[in-house]
Order: sequence, then structure tokens, then C-alpha cells
Amino acid sequence: MNVELRGISKRFGAVQANRDIYLDIRAGEVLGLLGENGAGKSTLMNVLSGLYRPDAGDILIDGTPAIFDGPGDSIAAGIGMVHQHFMLVPVFSVVENVILGVEPTGTGDFLDLATARQQVAEINARYGMDVPPDVLIEDLPVGIQQRVEILKVLFRSADVLILDEPTAVLTPQEVKAFFTIVRALRDAGKAIVFITHKLHEIIEIADKVSVLRQGEIVGGGVPTDFSEADLAEMMVGRPVSFSVGRGAATPGAEMLALQNVTLVDATMETRLQQIALSVRAGEIVGIAGVQGNGQTELVEAITGLSQVTDGTVIFNGVDITATSVRQRHHMGIAHIPEDRQKSGMVSAFTVTENMVLNSYYDDSVSTGVQIDWRRAEQQAAEACLKFDVRTPSVFLGAGGLSGGNQQKMVVARELERDVRLVVASQPTRGVDVGSIEFIHTQLVACRDAGNAVLIISSELDEILDLSDRIYVMYEGHITAEFDNSGAQADRNAIGLAMAGANRTAAA
Amino acid sequence: MTGSQPDNAASGQNAHNEKLRALLAPDFETGGNRREIILIPLAAVFMALVIGAVIMMATSVAPATILRSFVAMADGSVGSINAISETLTASIPLVLAGLGIGLAFRAGLFNIGAEGQMVIGGLAAAIASFSITGLPMAVHMPLVLVIGLIFGGIYAAIAGFLRAATGAHEVISTIMLNLISFRLLDYLLRQPFIQKEGRSDPISKAVLDTAELPRLLSFIDPNLRLHLGLFLMLGAVALVYWLLFRSKLGFAFRISGENPDAARYAGIRAGMTIVIAMAIAGGLAGLAGAAQVTGVLGRATPGFTAGIGFDAIAVALLGRSHPVGILLAGILFGALEAGGRQMQVDAGVSIDMISIIQALIIIFVAAPLLVKRALPFLFPAQSKEGADHG
Repeated sequence: MNVELRGISKRFGAVQANRDIYLDIRAGEVLGLLGENGAGKSTLMNVLSGLYRPDAGDILIDGTPAIFDGPGDSIAAGIGMVHQHFMLVPVFSVVENVILGVEPTGTGDFLDLATARQQVAEINARYGMDVPPDVLIEDLPVGIQQRVEILKVLFRSADVLILDEPTAVLTPQEVKAFFTIVRALRDAGKAIVFITHKLHEIIEIADKVSVLRQGEIVGGGVPTDFSEADLAEMMVGRPVSFSVGRGAATPGAEMLALQNVTLVDATMETRLQQIALSVRAGEIVGIAGVQGNGQTELVEAITGLSQVTDGTVIFNGVDITATSVRQRHHMGIAHIPEDRQKSGMVSAFTVTENMVLNSYYDDSVSTGVQIDWRRAEQQAAEACLKFDVRTPSVFLGAGGLSGGNQQKMVVARELERDVRLVVASQPTRGVDVGSIEFIHTQLVACRDAGNAVLIISSELDEILDLSDRIYVMYEGHITAEFDNSGAQADRNAIGLAMAGANRTAAA
Repeated sequence: MTGSQPDNAASGQNAHNEKLRALLAPDFETGGNRREIILIPLAAVFMALVIGAVIMMATSVAPATILRSFVAMADGSVGSINAISETLTASIPLVLAGLGIGLAFRAGLFNIGAEGQMVIGGLAAAIASFSITGLPMAVHMPLVLVIGLIFGGIYAAIAGFLRAATGAHEVISTIMLNLISFRLLDYLLRQPFIQKEGRSDPISKAVLDTAELPRLLSFIDPNLRLHLGLFLMLGAVALVYWLLFRSKLGFAFRISGENPDAARYAGIRAGMTIVIAMAIAGGLAGLAGAAQVTGVLGRATPGFTAGIGFDAIAVALLGRSHPVGILLAGILFGALEAGGRQMQVDAGVSIDMISIIQALIIIFVAAPLLVKRALPFLFPAQSKEGADHG
């Protein structure tokens, strides 16, 4: 099935989300749709999946114009959307989730689970998805849950699959397996729209690419005709450098030291074991590792969000093992949290309020028991300009900003004050290329100003690009340390350490 | 900026200031929400009255009587000095307790216990009002109010403490504390140092003159019941507004309420915040109880709170947990209360109808989509399309 978008335009208030968009989605092809956050990708796909009615333009299905009055119409027409945020019932099994809403029924309108199970198994086998049909969703890893979402769409006989940022939640290994499935689907004649802002994925998986910027298609073609830099420039509208051009570090005094830090959580699970690490002023230290190997707990131990079970945390020569979060903040520890939506910001609050989220009690924005909002607004506006947070107003709810701008807001808040140590956890997760570049530059600038920077990231490229020294974490241990100050550290060796290869050596 | 070309640095500075000014422009349009915040409650009231009329018709009340009942309702709530006095008098405890509930809600706490906190605060105030003697009014009256506030606060803080220390949900514990307070009231009202001399039924001694909240309009007519609590109410609205939106503590409340993880991240101690928020909420409810006892009732009797603490939940909801909204919602409920009494007298329509109308208002406020669908001409299509598919 081929789908053609012809001249689609969609406007929300003052924002032209889509302008005169032409898109050709063909059977047996993966079309990569590339664009920054807020470029209009989601709007376009919501038009295609029937959620929005376009202001102008047509959707042609195999040459015939179609009008979608709701998601039901587009599903009936064979278009299926796999959302970035899964829509699954955690306590239902895979089969139950797949058939939800289109349950096959037998005599007397009773649920025919056996038939359903068989149908799901068939699809499963045809595309090599390898999903256990009877396991509850909550017991499955994220990568498999995503396949269930795809199963759902296929079960509804979709011929066009829209995958919205499908790799955002996957580990590198899972991405590989996921691409195998995408190829199987394509080879079976499905048309696939692959939405992402990760350039190398486009080059790897897409047969064709269209780049969206500020609601318009600004270019496209065969991805292999472009370099990553070309695509990035098209997407952002200016040349983007991937590497921040970090000068040599001049490490000074030890700013952070962890000695034999062990952390056992409430479920009696050991999350950190005998961690020893140090970060000196004027250097960036990276923590590499597959997510879930103790990085979160490490950050919590350093910032005071969790109390360590054993060991010592020393900041700037002072034992802060028992010091409160607020006190550590006050001493000059900045914390960019791994999940801004979860803990780094309050979506319902204004930009100003978010800018003082963890410093509102400080003399810089308050007098006595009262917050000086005038002063806070001034400072927020200044910080927005300095850190390129694009918002029409500091009185606007932060939830309305794009992911990149939200992250820049958090970064601005943390770096705009007098800090000595920056703990940056996944500093660029879910952030567009332009903002990544900006945030990286800021972190390096922070180092060059003589501060200690600790970066925790599951993106190895980010670690390699920024760090002067690299630790690898695996199952709560630090299993390896690499020098990355001169020549780049051995990527392969780090990858092996991340997979647990030299675990015994370090333990 | 026009005319001769300024040099680069100056124009850069100008552009910077220009951008700053734009970011700080106070009249920034925050979307169509403002309008809805005002319109939805008004539309909800209108629709509730219409459905009230339909229910009356369905129970074969004559159209003329329905009309008369609405006229009576208007008359009894705003039609005369006395009506306005009654409306405001009824709204005082509703607003005070509603402020407490709204404040707790902003901090992420569902305080269902305002009724019990009113009982404890009101009872403590009553006891202080007749057992402390020999004080001048300028001391006795505020002292009694403060005692009501403190006891209500302590009583609510119990639920806050249980939540902070053991994780016991405040909805359950405040409901239980309500029940305990009701029986405690019944029990204490029979104790000799509280029970009125020579009475066998549970009724407290009378509030001493020095503790009574003076009536405000007795220069017009000594029967007008509006009392000093009016200023208490207005002061509390201002104070809660300041607390929530200007103070550090209120900001901590709001962060905790909107996103507990962000609160933890920001170094806000969750347990402390919960206990303090509950204590302030209970203090306001206790004050409501004290004002009711010393301003209107003159003594404590079984069930003297008359469900006001529960109606206050609706007031807080209708007022969207905003102090000014709660003030307006409290006055509306006070008006319905006062108007309902008149309706019963003039048109013979049961005051139960008022409870139905109140409940309908809440339903409509809680389901804004329903209101928008029913009255589409009031709500022109918004840019957010999602709502249309909801």
C-alpha cells in the first residue's frame, strides 16, 4: 500500500506546525522522517493517523483521496502508529494486549483466546519477533514491550507502520535487534515511516529520508547520499559540529572523591559496591555503562538523594557523606538529573518557577520567608538568553517547551550559579542535535572555568567526546578506567567492559 | 533604532534588552485558559439551576412555583441587607475550611478531615470561651480563635504525621479522625465542666460575651448575623494567597504537590512538608469551627459543624484550590444556603433541592468537557484539538 501526502498544512493558533508538506510513503520502503523536536513530525503523523484534520492538503491511499475522521478511520485504512510512549496494560499478557479492542469472538460472543493466540503466534513467527505470548507486559523488558506495540498494529492488518522515535527507549543491543525486525517488515512489503532525530539510524535503516524543519520539508533523498553533517545541517538550518573541540584539560585539586562506597537499597539489593572514584577540578570524567548498572544510584549518592550504606563521599576536602541534598547544593554541587520530566522540572510551573526550583530559598532570589519573584523573573530571563532557552516568555508553562529547550532550562538553572562540581546525568537524552551541541559546549566551558564535571551517559559517543577520563560501570562496580585526554580511548575495550568482560578483573 | 546605524556593541546590547523585555512582558497571553477558568464555573451554576428546574418539573412542581422558588432563592441570597448578611455569614466557615483543603491539595494532600478539624477546633474554642474568665474582650476573643486554630492544626497534623512516618494515606486517616472527633464531641459535651448546668442533653455552656465575635451590622439592625469573622475570612484569603504564591514555604508545598520527585530533587523534605501543610490546613478548619461557635452558634452542640467541612471540599474544588476562587465559591455556596432557606419558606420547595444543585455544580466543574459541549457558543473552538477527540 502506498500513501501520499499532498500539500498538508496544519496550524495551531500562531504556530504553523506543518506547511505544504508532500510525502511519498511506499510499500517495501523505510521512509526516515528526520527533524528536531518541535519541527512538526508529530503533528504530521497525527494527521496521517487521523487524530488531526489538516487545514489543507490531501491524503491519497493508493491514489484515492481519503478523509480520516478519527484514529479509527486510519486504522481501518491500514495505517498503524506505534507511539513513543507505550500504550499497554501492564497486568495483561501479550496476547491480551494485542487483541484489546478487536477481540476475536467465538459462539455466543465469548472471547476466543485460542484463535487469538494462534493469530498472534503467526505474526510473531512471520517477522521473527520472538515475543512470548503469555507473559505479562510488566515482566517484559522495554525492547520486547515495543515489539508488542508493533504486534498490535500488525494484528489490525496495518500495511503502513508509523514508528515514532522507536529507539529512544532502547539499549544499543536492542536497537540492533529492532532494526532486524524493521527490515523483515519492509521485505514483507510493509511501508514504514521511521521518525527519529538520530542521524546514524537514518543512514543505517532508511531507504529514503525527508527532513522537516519548522513545519516544512527542507530536503531529502537517499540517505547514503548524505553525510551525517549534511543531514544535521538540513535539520537544524546551520552547520552543526558533532565534536565540541575540547582543549586539553588542566586538572587541579581533587574536587570529588568516593571511597569504598556501597549502597544497598530498600529492597536489600546491592546497587553500588565498593565504588572508588575521583574527579578533579578542571576535568570532565565520564561514567560509561549500559543503563541500570548503578549509575542512578551513584548520582544519588553524590548528590545526597540516597544515603550510602558504607563508605565516604568527599567533596572539596570535606566529608559530605551525611550532608543533606540542600546543603550539598549550597556547597556548589550542581545536578542535572537523568530524567528532567520526572524530577528535574515541574511541567505545570512557569519557566521562572522552574529556574528557581532548587534555589528558591537562597538569598539570591528571596528575602526572609518570601520569594522575590521580580528578581527571579529577571534572572530567569537572563539565563534563558544566555543558555538559548527558546520560550516566548518566562511566564509560560515549562511543559509547553520542546524537550531540547526544557533540558537547556535545566542546564541553565544548574550552571548559572556558582558551582564547583557538576553532576550531569544523561545531559542530552531526548534532545535535538542543535541543543546537544550547545549543552556539550556549556559543559566543556564549565570545565575550562576550573570546575569538576562528572558525566553519566548511556551514549558512548557522548562519553568519548566529552570526557578526559572514563570509568565503566557494570553491575554496581567500577570495572575499568580509561584515559581519554590525548588520543581517544579504545572504543572496543570500553564496549567490552560495558558488557561485563573484565568484571572479574576488577571485583 | 532607526536613522543612523548604531555601532555593533550598542545594537547588540539593545537587541539583548529587547529580548529580555519580551521574555518579561507581563501581558503575555497564556492561552485561552483564563477565560475558561471564569466561564466554566459560571456555566456550571447556570446548568445546575436549569437541571434543578427540570427535576422540579419532573416531580410535578408547577412552573409558577419553580419560578417563585428561583425568585425566592435570589431574594434570600442577595435580595436584601439581611439576605446578603446571611449569605456572607454562611460563607465564612466554608471559605476558611475550603482554604485549608485547597492549600493541602496544592501540597498534594487530600484533606477529607476538615469536618473533624472544625469539630476539634470549635470545641476547643468553645471550652476556652467559657472556662477562661476575667479577660477583656480584646484578649479573650483572639485567644479563643487562636486556640481553635491550634487545636484544629494539631488534629490535622496527626494525619500528616501518620502519612510522613508510616505512609498511612491521609484520606483514610482523616476520615477516621472525623469519626473520632464526632464521638469525642458527643462524649465531652456530657462532661460536667463543659455541659451546660441543669441540662441533661449534650450541650455546652454558652460562649462568654468577651469571647463572642461581635456582629458587624447591628447599627442597621441588631438581628443581622454577619460577624467579625468576615474579616477573618478575607484576611485568611490574603494570607493563604501570600503563603502559596509568594512565600518559600508555599513554593515548597506547590512543588511537592505537583511533582514529589522534583521536590526530593530540590532538597525539600517530604515528611516535614506534609506535616506542616496538614497543620496549616487543619488550623484553618479549626478557625472555621471556632468562628462558627463564637460568631453564630454561641455554644457547641452535637453535630454543630453541620457538614460544613464536607461542603468545603466542594468549595475548594469549585475554586480550583486558588484562594480567590475559594472565596468566590464559598460565597456562592453561602448564597445557595441562604437562598435555599428562603426557597423553602416562600415556595415550599425542599432545601434538599439546594444540595442537589450544589452537587450538580460540582459535577459540571469536574467535567468541563460536558459544559463545553452543552454550551458550545460560550467556548469557541480552541487551538488544542485534542479536546475534541476526548
